[in-house]
Amino acid sequence: MTQVKAPIDRGRFSNKTVFIMAAIGSAVGLGNIWRFPYVAYEGGGGAFILPYLVALLVAGIPLLLLDYAIGHSQRGSAPLSFARLHRRLEFIGWWQVAICVVIALYYAAILAWSTQYIGFSFTQAWGDDPEAFLFGDFLQTEAGVVSLEFVPAVLIPMAIIWLVTIVVMALGVQKGVGATSVIFIPVLLIAFGALVVQALMLPGAIDGLQSLFAPNWAALLDPAVWASAFGQIFFSLSVGFGIMITYASYVGRKVDMTGSAFVVGFANSGFELLAGIGVFSALGFLAQASGAAVADVVSAGIGLAFVAFPAIISQAPFGALLGVLFFASLVLAGFTSLVSILEVVISAVRDKLEMGRVAATLAVTVPMAIVSILLFSTRSGVIVLDIADYFINRFGILLVALVAMIAVGWGIRRVPWFAEHMSRFSSIRLGRWWVVLVTFVTPVLIALMLVQEAVTAITVPYEGYPAWMLGVFGWGAAGAALVAGVLLAIPKWKQTTPLEAPPHDEEVIR
Amino acid sequence: MTIDAILLMAVSMLVLWGGLGAAIVNIVRFKGREPDASMRDL
Repeated sequence: MTQVKAPIDRGRFSNKTVFIMAAIGSAVGLGNIWRFPYVAYEGGGGAFILPYLVALLVAGIPLLLLDYAIGHSQRGSAPLSFARLHRRLEFIGWWQVAICVVIALYYAAILAWSTQYIGFSFTQAWGDDPEAFLFGDFLQTEAGVVSLEFVPAVLIPMAIIWLVTIVVMALGVQKGVGATSVIFIPVLLIAFGALVVQALMLPGAIDGLQSLFAPNWAALLDPAVWASAFGQIFFSLSVGFGIMITYASYVGRKVDMTGSAFVVGFANSGFELLAGIGVFSALGFLAQASGAAVADVVSAGIGLAFVAFPAIISQAPFGALLGVLFFASLVLAGFTSLVSILEVVISAVRDKLEMGRVAATLAVTVPMAIVSILLFSTRSGVIVLDIADYFINRFGILLVALVAMIAVGWGIRRVPWFAEHMSRFSSIRLGRWWVVLVTFVTPVLIALMLVQEAVTAITVPYEGYPAWMLGVFGWGAAGAALVAGVLLAIPKWKQTTPLEAPPHDEEVIR
Repeated sequence: MTIDAILLMAVSMLVLWGGLGAAIVNIVRFKGREPDASMRDL
């Protein structure tokens, strides 16, 4: 085992359990709870398990393994890892960093709303009309205009969320990122498990489960259903935008990386199934209580969390408990994801400038917190958030993942080398099957998804928002991330930062 | 619930939760050793 003096102590996870928990904490986020149930319901109900499983095994876990391979072999943040693979690929890493900056800015706002709704669960502040309360009384939304008028009910929890996040990030890889996940993930599992038990005991829960699991086999002939299965797996697993590259760079050389990837992939999907059962049991209750069909009350995203669930909480026995469990789960799942997104940025800044942990954390997070609060605690925050989320996911994450796969698989042709590296100390060998998947199959599938999304975004204005808003906060944000990536790759690395790939057995993380 | 819905719920649980269980068993039983040197300084 060679030992190399590192210019900075990058930090590391103390063992594979902490790494796996951190990776699960990143993967399990808001989308698992508020997106998967709807996607599964729309995609054929019980029959959706088939395209979903195929997507997990053909694209999700192979892509996760590719991210692991890049970070674990190159021992650096996303920009440093790509720079070590080839100097001209560094921009991909910075592009991923820029995407993480955009996502973190609005992610904190959703956590702030969820935190407020934990309190609202006791008072049922939304009264008889949760939707009017959300957009009127709570967010004070002004449609079609950009307002700098602050909403105190959002501003205060956002400031608290950012403060807590900064403290956690300053504590470092093991004591901050790792410890948060080791504590939060079991608590999340217990809280959401309790929610599922309570939801299953509500009248009408069986009707909800029937709606979720009744198979529509004809849906399997619809290419859009397969595309949505691949999209759900892709967005849910936190692959393709630097998180797993960064986390894998903090892991010891002899950790079973391929075995870890299968644990993370199935843990993420297993939690999605649990979320589907809990959410649809509750929706079944709402349908019965309001005398409607389950199809009439099904929703996703903000509508599910902040409109449908408050209605359920108002009518369910022990509704306050249900509300606390649901919104606390959103906060727990979202917080570990926010931490992982910020780690990509902090790690990159540390590597490039050889800064200390606390200095880099403050340099990154304080400006981001200010911008985040300025943009998303105002009366137009929810609209900006909705647009930025839609466009950065599609024309940020999907695009950069495709570019990275083409660059690594076809440009520098390193995938077979990655397979060898990952198989050295792992329980599951990566053979030709994995090389074929990440070089040919997955890039084609992502390219098809991207084309489909681009056609939709160009032909149908998203949610009917004004073109200038879509241009600035949607296309603008996604384009700015790419430009930022290219520009940030121009400055040279310090001479003390080695840019050659570290040997297979070099243990010190440099 | 209808029989086919129950069946697919069971299959989903078996595949995803069973897959997780199998992945955990695999990684726990794997004899690979983590390096002592890198763990001591934590």
